[in-house]
Amino acid sequence: MTRKTRRLWIVIACLACVGSAAALTLRAFSSNIVFFMAPSQVKANPPSPDRTIRLGGMVMAGSLHRINENGTPVNAFQVTDGQAAVEVHYTGILPDLFREGQSVVALGTVQKDGGFTASEVLAKHDETYMPKEVADELKRTGKWDPRFGKAPDASSWDTMTAKKAGG
Amino acid sequence: MFGPEQGHFALALACVLALVQFAVPLWGANRRDARLVGLAPYLAVSQLLALGYSFLCLVMCAVSDDFSVQNVAANSAVSKPLLYKITGVWGNHEGSVLLWTLILAVCGGAVSLFGRNLPDILRGRVLAILGGVSAGFQMFCLLTSDPFERVFPAPMDGQGMNPLLQDPGLAFHPPILYTGYVGFAVPFAFAVAALIEGRVDAAWGRWVRPWAVAAWCFLTCGIALGSWWSYYVLGWGGYWFWDPVENASLIPWLTGTALVHSAIVVEKREGLKIWTVLLAIATFSFSLSGTFLVRSGILNSVHAFANDPARGVFILALLAIVIGGSLALFAWRAPSLTSTGLFSPVSREGSLVLNNILLCSICAVVVTGTMYPPFMQLLAGRTISVGKPFFDAATIPLTLPLLLAMGIGTALPWKRAQLARTFSHLYAAAGIAAIGLALCFWKLSGILPIACGALAIWVIAASVSDVLRRVGIGHTSAQGVWERMKNLPRSSWGAALAHIGAGITILGLCGMSQAEHAIVEVHIGETRSLAGDDWTLLDVHDYIGPNYKAMQADIAIRHNGKLVTILHPEKRDFTTQSQTTTEVAIHTNFITDLYGVVGDRHGTGKDTTYVLRLHRNPLAPWMWLGGLVMAIGGAFSLSDRRMRIGAPKRAAARNMARA
Repeated sequence: MTRKTRRLWIVIACLACVGSAAALTLRAFSSNIVFFMAPSQVKANPPSPDRTIRLGGMVMAGSLHRINENGTPVNAFQVTDGQAAVEVHYTGILPDLFREGQSVVALGTVQKDGGFTASEVLAKHDETYMPKEVADELKRTGKWDPRFGKAPDASSWDTMTAKKAGG
Repeated sequence: MFGPEQGHFALALACVLALVQFAVPLWGANRRDARLVGLAPYLAVSQLLALGYSFLCLVMCAVSDDFSVQNVAANSAVSKPLLYKITGVWGNHEGSVLLWTLILAVCGGAVSLFGRNLPDILRGRVLAILGGVSAGFQMFCLLTSDPFERVFPAPMDGQGMNPLLQDPGLAFHPPILYTGYVGFAVPFAFAVAALIEGRVDAAWGRWVRPWAVAAWCFLTCGIALGSWWSYYVLGWGGYWFWDPVENASLIPWLTGTALVHSAIVVEKREGLKIWTVLLAIATFSFSLSGTFLVRSGILNSVHAFANDPARGVFILALLAIVIGGSLALFAWRAPSLTSTGLFSPVSREGSLVLNNILLCSICAVVVTGTMYPPFMQLLAGRTISVGKPFFDAATIPLTLPLLLAMGIGTALPWKRAQLARTFSHLYAAAGIAAIGLALCFWKLSGILPIACGALAIWVIAASVSDVLRRVGIGHTSAQGVWERMKNLPRSSWGAALAHIGAGITILGLCGMSQAEHAIVEVHIGETRSLAGDDWTLLDVHDYIGPNYKAMQADIAIRHNGKLVTILHPEKRDFTTQSQTTTEVAIHTNFITDLYGVVGDRHGTGKDTTYVLRLHRNPLAPWMWLGGLVMAIGGAFSLSDRRMRIGAPKRAAARNMARA
């Protein structure tokens, strides 16, 4: 075994491994990337029901209620970005940091009827943090200008939207 | 005596000492001045003393409730238990940076004390590099995140700590994990010193390996502990969430594992030198960027960066200097290192090369999955995320050949192997693996879990049969076996243990892929069944704890009518922080975990219902048990005589003195 043939073997092994790693990564990316969407984006162009997305926004104040589907408790609440609201259904125990009027991120799929079925609900650990899309949306609609201090209390503009959305 | 000002001064003193420790030995080594180089160990030890004093001051501030110190006021409170006052010191950004540099100084002190047999110049350069890294982070601590900053007026009581963090598992997780991260600074310093010197030989491999193995043990324990903590505290029934903070610890673990293996080839066969040096640099670079970039949230969200631009810019500059500098040095000097050991592809070296390539490919996949979303957000402005499905699909297929090679590799001899002969050693292991495959088909569902499970059994069986073959079971008498067992190097025992541990962890992961859970809403006295067990909610009662109100449920679990256990999950309300935490109840028999969580209470009177989440997690404890076995294996091989630095040299020196 000369130095050259050994090097050839190593190069072949490297190429094979790195190549398959790249192929696996690309394949996994194409089917498993999860996009973040704000409720208004979901309303504007709903993704297909087999596509998992992350829906982020504020839990509309006063929208949380429970439905009992044959012994399984389902939490239903509206998630809003100040523009549009989406009804979210989640089977399970809501995280400890889940609050009405505060930000939430839900992982799941958009149903044909426009509702959202979440498989996972995450509440942000930092209570002042607001998803960037929501902040941008608030700025765009003129409800908040970051130059003039902190964002308005979520509960105030959530109720505002709730009225506008007819809820 | 232990006030914040003293601590601040000691930190500044340590920083100056670290700068001297960086500059003087390097200059001395360049001029071949033995006196200047000889200063390095003294500087390292005095830097350690100064920093240790500084850290002690911060601990004393927290213990004595000195709320004029901003860090204590923000993170502690009078009512906090003493243990968490102490551990809370490293539960925040400033304190954790101080702990980080303290551990780095401890590494420097350890090299000074245990490295007496290193050549003086090499030891001087290694300590200089460690001092330079130390100085950078101490400056970061002093200039942008001063833990001793005072507030005026001092508040009467502190803001308290996140109740989620008041847990013994989390209290000791950061120091262990940090020791793992920082420990890789020593192989890094050795690599840079070797590049400056332009020489890497078998002795270098022998000196580096114990440090790499020690750091690897701590990192393994730290990751296992963190995963265990999220399993029993967060109450989601999960153990690994593939979030950037977790990946930041997995990435250096993968390259560190590769480093521990490739250093063997340097030591035994003087091969793979350039590659090993590169791995040492890469592992520490990943540790650094992991702790500081990901943990500080710079990459996760631009938000955190904007909060304190000075911090972010400082860290980025520091990372650029350390990582960029060492890589530039590598590019400049690496071509002068040449490997001498020749080997055929089918040999122990060949299998170690394959191990390295596979581990690095997995690492590349994890890095891509972790870095792609933040970069997409920065460049294209789209928020995306990748989670468990991505990492499962991309990493598991690469793990399968790694497991296969793990079993064969230890049976192969160095330099050149005959496949037929090697396979004849592996018949028994292959037979057991075949039985394991049948067992997996019966118990598990899904192709990947079955394949992983069978291969994990294969790894365990091959490791056991390798040890049995080496001690000569079936070939020699009991007396001979005992003699051979005593003579078998501890590093062989360690390697076998570590591989068995990896197999156990993989089996645990396979078991967890079959976990079942149910979310139910029940009245008191109602029974639900999950996977053959009957779960009955017996009672729910409220009680008042030291600083919280709690709701505790009693859930009886029966299997075929026989009582297995009664679980007591709780939900706690911390009134001062207005926070709720979930206390999971777990019953384990080391084969299956029964895991119960109590959620919300709804309705009143007779109609009161409770939401419960019930999990049945097969083989869950094996995941962490395997991690522990791996770390024990590493520690075992550390105790090998050959690993103790320069042991033969010391004996030779003694003989010379006698003559």
